[in-house]
Amino acid sequence: MSQGAPRAVVLSGGLAFEREVSLRSGRRVVEALRHAGVETSVADADANLLSTLAADPADALFIALHGAAGEDGSLRRVLELAGIPYVGTPADRCRIAWDKPSAKAAVRAAGHLTPDWVALPHSTFRELGAGAILDLMVARLGLPLLIKPAQGGSALGVERIGAAPDLPSAMVSCFAYGGTVLIERFVAGVEVAVSVLDAADGPQALPAVEIVPASGVFDYAARYTAGMTAYHTPARLEAEVSARVGQLAVEVHRALGLRDLSRTDAIVDADGGVHFLEVNVSPGMTETSLLPMSVAAAGLDLGRTLRGMVAAAASRGTIVTTV
Amino acid sequence: MTASEIRALFAVVSRPEVVSLAGGMPAVTALPLDSVGSMIGALVSRLGAQALQYGSGQGDERLREQILQVMALEGITDASADEVVVTVGSQQGLDLLARVFLDPGDVILAESPSYVGALGTFQAAQAHVVHVDMDESGLVPEALAAALAGLAAQGRRAKFLYTVPNFHNPAGVTLSEPRREQILALAEAYDLLVIEDNPYGLLGFEHEPLRALRARNAERVIYLGSFSKTFAPGLRVGWVCAPHAVRDKLVLASEAQVLCPPALSQLVVAEYLDSQPWFEQVKVFRELYHERRDATLEALTALMPADVTWTRPEGGFYVWVTLPEGLDAKAMQPRAVHARVAYVPGIGFYADGQGTRHLRLSYCFPDPNRIREGVRRLAGVVEEELELRATFLGSSDERAVRRDASAPQGSAPGEVSSRTRGGQPHGQADTPGPDLP
Repeated sequence: MSQGAPRAVVLSGGLAFEREVSLRSGRRVVEALRHAGVETSVADADANLLSTLAADPADALFIALHGAAGEDGSLRRVLELAGIPYVGTPADRCRIAWDKPSAKAAVRAAGHLTPDWVALPHSTFRELGAGAILDLMVARLGLPLLIKPAQGGSALGVERIGAAPDLPSAMVSCFAYGGTVLIERFVAGVEVAVSVLDAADGPQALPAVEIVPASGVFDYAARYTAGMTAYHTPARLEAEVSARVGQLAVEVHRALGLRDLSRTDAIVDADGGVHFLEVNVSPGMTETSLLPMSVAAAGLDLGRTLRGMVAAAASRGTIVTTV
Repeated sequence: MTASEIRALFAVVSRPEVVSLAGGMPAVTALPLDSVGSMIGALVSRLGAQALQYGSGQGDERLREQILQVMALEGITDASADEVVVTVGSQQGLDLLARVFLDPGDVILAESPSYVGALGTFQAAQAHVVHVDMDESGLVPEALAAALAGLAAQGRRAKFLYTVPNFHNPAGVTLSEPRREQILALAEAYDLLVIEDNPYGLLGFEHEPLRALRARNAERVIYLGSFSKTFAPGLRVGWVCAPHAVRDKLVLASEAQVLCPPALSQLVVAEYLDSQPWFEQVKVFRELYHERRDATLEALTALMPADVTWTRPEGGFYVWVTLPEGLDAKAMQPRAVHARVAYVPGIGFYADGQGTRHLRLSYCFPDPNRIREGVRRLAGVVEEELELRATFLGSSDERAVRRDASAPQGSAPGEVSSRTRGGQPHGQADTPGPDLP
């Protein structure tokens, strides 16, 4: 890190569906870092980015991009090529975390619960006949089902289906968000989000946030409209269950090779079973986002926490892996 | 207001990679910006004490006189400056009219579809909007007669008819000459007030402006005008022309909202009208939009899949597109964002959840090459959506029968209770601003 105040660039915006959320996350991160004494500027992930960073290098980048480029590893790979240090998970590990079916498979292989699922591209339905496949899915996974894009966040395109006849039109809606749809058995229970901070002493789970959306579904509106969802931090779970929830998040972080920060979303069923849903390598940082809530509940200061990550990224530099 | 997916998806529109056929932004770069800039500088030097001061609640007197000349171009020759109230864009005029006329539960009539900004204002006043059918010649008199008779049969009456007769937003169509008389005859018969919203009237490509409704009936028609499309929307100068009794109430309501319309903006408009060849500039705008309209229609004709239809505007900014049966313009939007093209889904232009098959394209802002590229992308999006629909909902008669059989008894067509998503009501809350870039 250079002498004097550390300098960070926060990346936000992008061209993904979650641009608006990313811009809000970015503003929050910039504000927190500046409060913590980090000289911070903001940049969009566009054609000017690399030349801007080359002309005026920062100590590290903080990626507040959500959705494709910010989370699928592609932008991080370019940063690695350019030798630009950044906060967060390395490019190659992002690919697995970003793809929900891949992440679920890896987490199940590590011995954890995750709701049964099928992930298929449009072409499979077209070639083999959608009706027969949907019937099979209902027969094997049961109802209700959760339909979600295999990649992407903020619950965009997510829908809960209670009756089989509603599946086809839900599939049409979901495929508008991406080429592969994840169909998942719906597990009823307490919805929790566990953030993990990964500093010098290894990954640590922060207090879980329990999510109680007024509408019953934690969709886009429920996530980003103040007052539409009640949050309980820490989650109202028995201590033993709470510990297992935290343990799951830390083990997911380790199993998928994540770095600096992550957020695991899970469901605790009526028997106390903890089911992994998905993990985020670029968690939301908006006013209503979950990681900042957990940071506050842990008695930590968001700005100082982020400053620590910027410092860690700056000191480790960038290891250019084999392309 | 809730965060909505549609609004979220609109965030990418500001990026240059996206061809936006969504926003109704006038092509202000076609203005002679140097001379306008010099004019404004000189104006502040010369009249700064007035331009930077509070002004009259009704609006600058000189400007109100000039507005009479502008309205005369569309046949309104009997108005007085006393009837004109200058507003912060005609949107404020709409809001003032809603405040003056509407009580919660009142019925108002509007075209089907109708301008999203007006619907928002009426809904904020808790009015009940009844849509009246329109076709390629504008509002259908028979449909208006039926709506009025239907209300009368219930012992109710509409507070007013809200109409955009010229180059309608979003439908692009224009109320024909014979229908203007028919609509006004119905208004007389049913003692109906008419609000004529006419921001695009001077921007016709193919013929001189038709006489305004207000030109035909001064007692029953309240007229809304705007300099946003003929000069510059950033100045936020519009007006209401209303009979005296209404005018007084509008001025009081406006003073409560904004004290007075911005003095600087009003003086800029007044100076522009006096010292610049403003009507020549309107002709420049007409030619520019005409070329863009042609590019849009040609590209739609060349590229859109069969069964997609659209209106043919003779002026203004908008083409209204109807998708093939079963397609949903809102559900299709993420695919459009992915393809880097933006449009406005149709549902925002209805107060009652109609419009899923429709979308609005604006050709006012992008140049013809960008328009063609945008339409090319959109055509691809529609084709992919059709293919997807064929996969899941297309030809499976068995599945269609099962859907019908499983529908709850007594539910409305299309009503689905077991899908849980969004919870977004149709209409305003889920629709981006009308002039979004």
